[in-house]
Amino acid sequence: MSCSRRDFLKDAAGAAFVSSLPLSAFVILTTDEAKAAVAEASVRWGFLVDTNKCTGCGMCVKACKNENEIPYDAPVTRTWVERYVVTKDGTTHIDSPDGGRDGFTSDKIRDEEIDPDNIAKAFFVPKLCNQCENPACVQVCPVGATYKTEDGVVLVDREWCIGCGYCIMACPYGVRFFHPEHKVADKCNFCYHRITKGMMPACVDSCAFGARRLANLRDPNDPVTKIITTERVAVLKDEYGTKPHVFYLGLDNNVR
Amino acid sequence: MTEDTIVHGVEWTVKELFVYPNEFIYWSIQIVMYPYMTGLVAGAFVLSSLYHVFGQKDLKEIAQFSLVFSLALLPVAALPLLLHLQQPLRAMEPLLTPHFTSAIAAFGIVFTVYGLIVVSEIWFVYREYFVHQLEILKGVPGFWNAQRRIAYKVLTFGAKDVSESAVKVDHKAAKILAGVGIPVACFLHGYAGFIFGSVKANALWMSPLMPVIFIMSAVVSGIALCMLTYIVIMEFQAFRLRQKGGVAQAGETKGAEIDVISKATRYLLGFLVAAISLELLDLIFRGYTAMKSWDILRSVMYGKDFINIFVLQYTLGNLVPFVLLLLPGRTIKRTVLALLLVLFGVFMMRWNVVIGGQAFSLSFSGYMHYHIPVIPHSLETFKEGVFGALTVIATPFLLFWLINKFVPSLRRDIGEA
Amino acid sequence: MKRHVLHPLWVAIGVVGLILFARLFMVPDDFGVHGDSFTYNYHRLGNVEEWKNFPVKYQGTATCLECHKDNTRTHRRAPHKRVQCENCHGPAGNHPDDVEYLPLNKERAMCLRCHADLDYPESNARSNLPAIVDRHHKRRRECVSCHNPHDPREDVE
Repeated sequence: MSCSRRDFLKDAAGAAFVSSLPLSAFVILTTDEAKAAVAEASVRWGFLVDTNKCTGCGMCVKACKNENEIPYDAPVTRTWVERYVVTKDGTTHIDSPDGGRDGFTSDKIRDEEIDPDNIAKAFFVPKLCNQCENPACVQVCPVGATYKTEDGVVLVDREWCIGCGYCIMACPYGVRFFHPEHKVADKCNFCYHRITKGMMPACVDSCAFGARRLANLRDPNDPVTKIITTERVAVLKDEYGTKPHVFYLGLDNNVR
Repeated sequence: MTEDTIVHGVEWTVKELFVYPNEFIYWSIQIVMYPYMTGLVAGAFVLSSLYHVFGQKDLKEIAQFSLVFSLALLPVAALPLLLHLQQPLRAMEPLLTPHFTSAIAAFGIVFTVYGLIVVSEIWFVYREYFVHQLEILKGVPGFWNAQRRIAYKVLTFGAKDVSESAVKVDHKAAKILAGVGIPVACFLHGYAGFIFGSVKANALWMSPLMPVIFIMSAVVSGIALCMLTYIVIMEFQAFRLRQKGGVAQAGETKGAEIDVISKATRYLLGFLVAAISLELLDLIFRGYTAMKSWDILRSVMYGKDFINIFVLQYTLGNLVPFVLLLLPGRTIKRTVLALLLVLFGVFMMRWNVVIGGQAFSLSFSGYMHYHIPVIPHSLETFKEGVFGALTVIATPFLLFWLINKFVPSLRRDIGEA
Repeated sequence: MKRHVLHPLWVAIGVVGLILFARLFMVPDDFGVHGDSFTYNYHRLGNVEEWKNFPVKYQGTATCLECHKDNTRTHRRAPHKRVQCENCHGPAGNHPDDVEYLPLNKERAMCLRCHADLDYPESNARSNLPAIVDRHHKRRRECVSCHNPHDPREDVE
């Protein structure tokens, strides 16, 4: 029976070699490195959107496109504004023409006229990447091209992304897209290149109404963090367990 | 916007009502083709293993054929992905830096392991034949014969011992590989189901049943394709023989053997019942629990996709072939029709999952319609259009024809167990 | 002693060896788990710095103040004070080093973003803003031909 033992050894050796491949993908951390990684970072970025203040001017969308080099005419955007018009009969009309890039200058929603006397409430909801604590998009990336930084921002490595689109399908909020020029996945990163220099994201600076604000959730003296921790705020779609870090004031039940 | 800076998906997506700005049908026809092709791979291998492992002697001929066909299908399973990737030149990265929390990362490893198993098994089954071919070709003049001699020399890998004990070892090894290969083949396709089933963001895909449904229907499609191709080839050979006015001698082709077909059909029906049961279970559960997504899902499944799901997939693709195969007096012709319908049904299942899952917006307040590009006007509309799909379908047959020249899978005198 | 059984094993080992060898060349050295989670922190470390170095386009109103004192001061005391200069004047970038004049957007559409009357209830933030019905108010003329954007309380002659 030496033959079958050899066959078995062959299979076992093959399996051992093949399983060594994933192990070589790991970096072994030293004890100090591991401790440092677990220790609290001093910065954890968050965001506060106040829908009571948003007028739907769309300057944020335009500023984002300019700042982050997303082609203006392309039907994709790192941030967008949605308009909700709830009529007295309970119907909710929602639109976001070009993501709100040129503002909302017409009261028609997809060519439908809505009688102003019939409107119960109307409001605007800006949306952007939630920089989740448990980002589903990062979990599903097959090659480690997207990841979470230690200050909580989710970034995409343009040199490594293979463009499979799994992260785009996995995001419950629809914030990801394929960049039409770079041909890799892209999304809002809180203007990481600005916030790490002490500046505000482009959308925050461009908002004349203070509807968008950045927060360092680890800084108890941050005025925005104070609002998030002391006032009543909500997040989008928390049922997915992603733990989003964009908080909303004035979020309505009709918001999708 | 120039041709090559068009947003991926915008050319074949039509939005209706409220859809998030960044939503398009990103996973289009090639992502339908991919699970379809890996399903055929898995099914073909399982069929072959039914003979090698479980000793189902009636399946011997079709088993030989389906093993080699499984190999011809394997590179083609990777082809849809290469056509879909926005950065195809980086296709090796899942092998280099696999992020194992992603089901897609499993692809590189499983694909490689499975390929090694299939190639190894074929080697063990045909090694005796390769050695004999080398002896036959010794000293035979001619350029192509010299090429074939080289090819067989390489294929024997220096193992020229064809004594009875050596060949016995070959068969034992083939049997073990066939056994080991079954779970790997199941994993190859099961993980494709996991890719969809684990996406919590997609209300249609998210289901623990998805990997199992995919495996069951994969085996169905694999068996169906092997049976169909086997029938076509055998009947064609018999037709050619009759044309020459010859009579089938012992060992020569007599056309597709009805016993083989019957046996394989029984397995096909078994897996078909399993696949349908699970799919119906999923549907019933969704309707019963009526989660937040149920309203939009219902409007998609019973509304705009009703024909795709209930007429094309369930009726034409499942119910009709089921009846055709069970009615008494089953003929080869009727079997062929049933097999074609089964293959179509499994394709529609993949379509309804992939495209159906993107037919509604994440907002649950809008729809997306898929208009597959037919006449390509750019590289992208070729790759993700009808012609890209046809390329993927045609390639395994081309590869099989090529491989068959060196590894004859249709001869009855090779590869005794 | 049927050694030929091991031949496929050698091939398998060869393939795996090739992949491991390829990793030495094709995977950047700083690729790994940089954090406490393989799930969320597996990446190429150098990419973080690359994103930090992404060029900044909008410089902010404080930067405009450094040179354009008059307009900025007027603007800061007027109703548009919270509208940053670059919203209408475009991102400054390296101005004036690379471009002398920023492309100023004087189009009617710019102003209509806030001032188009959508007739929404009081609860909507727009109801705090003066608004016009586009087709009823001086159609097709640029708003700035009458209104001073730096101080819209003033009329421009």
